[in-house]
Amino acid sequence: MNDPVRRALVAGHADFAAGLVSAVELITGRGSVLVPIQVKGLCGDDIQQLLYETMKESGVRVIFTDLQVGSCTMAARKVLRTLGEGTLVAGANLPMLLDFALSSNPDIAAAAEQAAERGRVAVSVHKGGGIPA
Amino acid sequence: MTLVLNRIDDRLIHGQVVVGWGQPLDVRFIVLVDDAVAESEWEQELYRMGVPPEMEIRFHSAADAATRLDEYRMEGQPGILLTGDIATMRALVERGGVRDVNIGGIHHRAGRVQHLRYVFLSEAEQEALRELATHGALVTAQDVPAARAIPLNELLGAREDA
Repeated sequence: MNDPVRRALVAGHADFAAGLVSAVELITGRGSVLVPIQVKGLCGDDIQQLLYETMKESGVRVIFTDLQVGSCTMAARKVLRTLGEGTLVAGANLPMLLDFALSSNPDIAAAAEQAAERGRVAVSVHKGGGIPA
Repeated sequence: MTLVLNRIDDRLIHGQVVVGWGQPLDVRFIVLVDDAVAESEWEQELYRMGVPPEMEIRFHSAADAATRLDEYRMEGQPGILLTGDIATMRALVERGGVRDVNIGGIHHRAGRVQHLRYVFLSEAEQEALRELATHGALVTAQDVPAARAIPLNELLGAREDA
C-alpha cells in the first residue's frame, strides 16, 4: 500500500495525540494519515497559531481533539472560524481514529463524521464478566 | 459558599478549570474577566458551549468585574474567578478585594523565563506578582487540586530548562 496522505490533525492534553496516533500506526500501519500536535507548555493563542499554520501548510481541514472543553478544542474552533471551513470532532477515542484511518472515503469531512459515530458507539461497559446488553 | 478559587490562566476555560477544579469543588459558576472576551459575543458562546449545563459563565471586563465581586461572594453556590493575565487579576486585587490568587497557567512567550512546567514569567510579570503580594494577596502556583500549592517566593526562585 502507498504511504497514505495526511488527512487530519489530532490534538489534546499531555501525550494524548502522540499516544493515539502511535496506537493507530501499530494496529493499522496507517498512523501517517494523522498528524499529532504537541501543545505542552503553549498558551491558547499559541495553540491556535500552531493549528492554523499546520492546517495552512498541510491543507488538512479535519481536526480531532480530546475534550469538548479543552484548550485544543477552543483553539480549533477559532481556527475553523478564521479559515471559514473545516471539521472539528471533539471527544476523539481510538476506535474513532481507527475507523478514520482505514476509511477510503475521498470526502474527508464525511469520513470524519462517520468515524465520530463509530467512536460514539464503541464504548461499552462490562460488569462481572457478563455480556453487555 | 463564595468564590472558591481566584485563578490566572491564559487558556481561560479549559479542562483543568472545568473538570480538574470544577468537579471536586462542585463549581456552579465561573466569572470570566477578560476585556476582549467581554466584547465578543462569539467568544462568549464558544466558552458557554465548553462547560456542562449545570455550570454558568458570567463575562465581565476588568473594570466591571471589580464592582461586582462582593455580589458574587454572597452567592449561595461555589464559583471560580478567572482571568487570563496578571494585570487583570491585579486590578481585581486592588479594587475588588481579592485575597488569594492561584496561578494556574501562564505559558511560554518571547521574553518569559520558565519557572514551572506551566508558569513562564517576564521580569515585569515577576514584579507584578510581588506587587500582588504587597497588596495583601496570598499568591501560589498550583495547576490542579492534587498538586502542591507553591508559594510565590519559591515560584520566583525556581528556574527550569525550557
